Amino acid sequence: MESTSKTAARETKSMLLNMGPSHPAMHGVIRLITELEGEKVIKIDAEIGYLHRAFEKSCEESSWTQVMPYTDRLNYVSPLINNFGYCAAVEKLLAIEITERCKYIRVIMSEVSRITDHLTCIAASAMELGALTAFLYLMKAREYLYEIVEQVTGARLTVSYGRIGGVKADLPAGFDANLRNALKQTERELLEVDKLLTKNRIWIDRTRDVGVLTKENAITYAITGPLARAAGIHYDVRKAFPYFVYDRMDFDVPLGERGDNYDRYLVRMEEMRQSIRIIRQSLKELPGGPIVVDAKGNVMASFDLVDEAKLGHTSGLIDIAGTVEPTLEGTEKRYQQRIAPPDRKVVLPSKEDTYGNIEGLMNHFKLIMDDHGMRPPAGEAYFPVEGANGELGFYVVSDGKDRPYRVRCRPPCFFNMAGLHTMLEGYMVADIIATFGSINMIAGELDR
Amino acid sequence: MSDEAGFFTSKLERVIGWARKYSIFQYPFVTACCGMEYMSVASSHYDMDRFGAGLARFSPRQADVLFVVGTISHKMAPVLRRVYDQMCEPKWVVAFGVCTCTGGFYDNYATVQGIDTILPVDIYIPGCPPRPEAVLDGLMKLQNKIEKQKQIY
Repeated sequence: MESTSKTAARETKSMLLNMGPSHPAMHGVIRLITELEGEKVIKIDAEIGYLHRAFEKSCEESSWTQVMPYTDRLNYVSPLINNFGYCAAVEKLLAIEITERCKYIRVIMSEVSRITDHLTCIAASAMELGALTAFLYLMKAREYLYEIVEQVTGARLTVSYGRIGGVKADLPAGFDANLRNALKQTERELLEVDKLLTKNRIWIDRTRDVGVLTKENAITYAITGPLARAAGIHYDVRKAFPYFVYDRMDFDVPLGERGDNYDRYLVRMEEMRQSIRIIRQSLKELPGGPIVVDAKGNVMASFDLVDEAKLGHTSGLIDIAGTVEPTLEGTEKRYQQRIAPPDRKVVLPSKEDTYGNIEGLMNHFKLIMDDHGMRPPAGEAYFPVEGANGELGFYVVSDGKDRPYRVRCRPPCFFNMAGLHTMLEGYMVADIIATFGSINMIAGELDR
Repeated sequence: MSDEAGFFTSKLERVIGWARKYSIFQYPFVTACCGMEYMSVASSHYDMDRFGAGLARFSPRQADVLFVVGTISHKMAPVLRRVYDQMCEPKWVVAFGVCTCTGGFYDNYATVQGIDTILPVDIYIPGCPPRPEAVLDGLMKLQNKIEKQKQIY
């Protein structure tokens, strides 16, 4: 700046401002070191690692099946997708084919998870900009879906529903109707939020043309998912490298034009509608057939079976398929063949077999105990799935032992954070919140 | 309450305890997965506001209760301690989720094995993550504790 010596005292200095790691208006722990000129951000540096929980190292310490709970907590907003991503990678290594019904179950649950993720993202970013009403509506919608997830998996959040070669349990009774009902409710809430936000002047002012990610930058930083799609890049793993049964599904990939926060919001909203579409199609096509019942046509609870046996009524008991409800619902023999291939070296036996006969117990023992376990052939496999934030890949390496030699996760957030500065520099301090909210950084998968 | 306390002081203590119990201003120190359940508890379905704890203050100086929600890594620990130190008395700490209680299944080099190694904890809510009902139960236990304890004023 050219200035006379009289006014030289007015020279401007940039200011360093530290945001995070515990900032009220940012979800997720990250530290942003910003250099400000007035209110304008001229340089930004992100420091990550505040939620490093040693995922990859822990995986090397556990058996192949024990990795599952760790994957739940990568992207904890959509744990089911992580589960299935890891399972699919190991299945690729083992070269086993999962059953048709299992594929459909995985697709349905992945999409439910994707909806919960997008709901949370939009809810949190709206709340951070002061739109608490939208937050409450979206949380209400998420609650409907969490109830479904709980019915199927037994847990609301950290589900561990995936199993190598299948899923934990078959879908519970009445799942179809419950899910359809929940989707209807979710759609209603989405409409409600659509009315609240999409044409809202304040929302548009805060998000339109803010935090622009250009197409070139998205490609340079390997950004995928809603961020890249909002920038106009047609890349969706479900379309580009179809897995499970996505190739049979009819759905659109929404694209944005400008790559700003508003486009990201629109893309996420549309993706939720597309997910609902996929779920409805899957529900229609879900193979399965009627459930096998015992000789008399009735299903007994396993504790009743025990009582019967204690009374000495043992004749014919061996043929009866007992149920082990409620906590282990869907893990019984009559479901097992539908959700998992009959591969004893990989797939856990049904709960009845585990608790009911010595072969099942031994099979279970061999798969679960330390130094036994499944042993994939030495080799490596990479399997990408479309996570809620982009391409979520698992790269697994086996040296033929019962523990993974290496489990590497390609977390979509990590790449988003690499390109973060391109979306924040040149904008105002207040825009950091709006942009950061729309990026949907999940520290669990970023730091692992 | 000691026996020597007079009628008036003991009544005043009870009144203060009762008032504090229903006006919990909390600071959610959200780091990880438990945050999702925290959001569920805070929003309309489970509605923490029924217990007078609906107003989250995002400044430690205005908060009474520190909710430590999610895994605390060694890198995060000094930040947490600093937030705690910035809070005014009387203050309480809730360890939300098993990671904050004991470190949970993250028994490794990166994770603090329970936040009670760095600050005093009043209520432990176990679970990975705890169900919203468990959180509400923990909150009610905290209310009990606040009401019964010797009041600083």
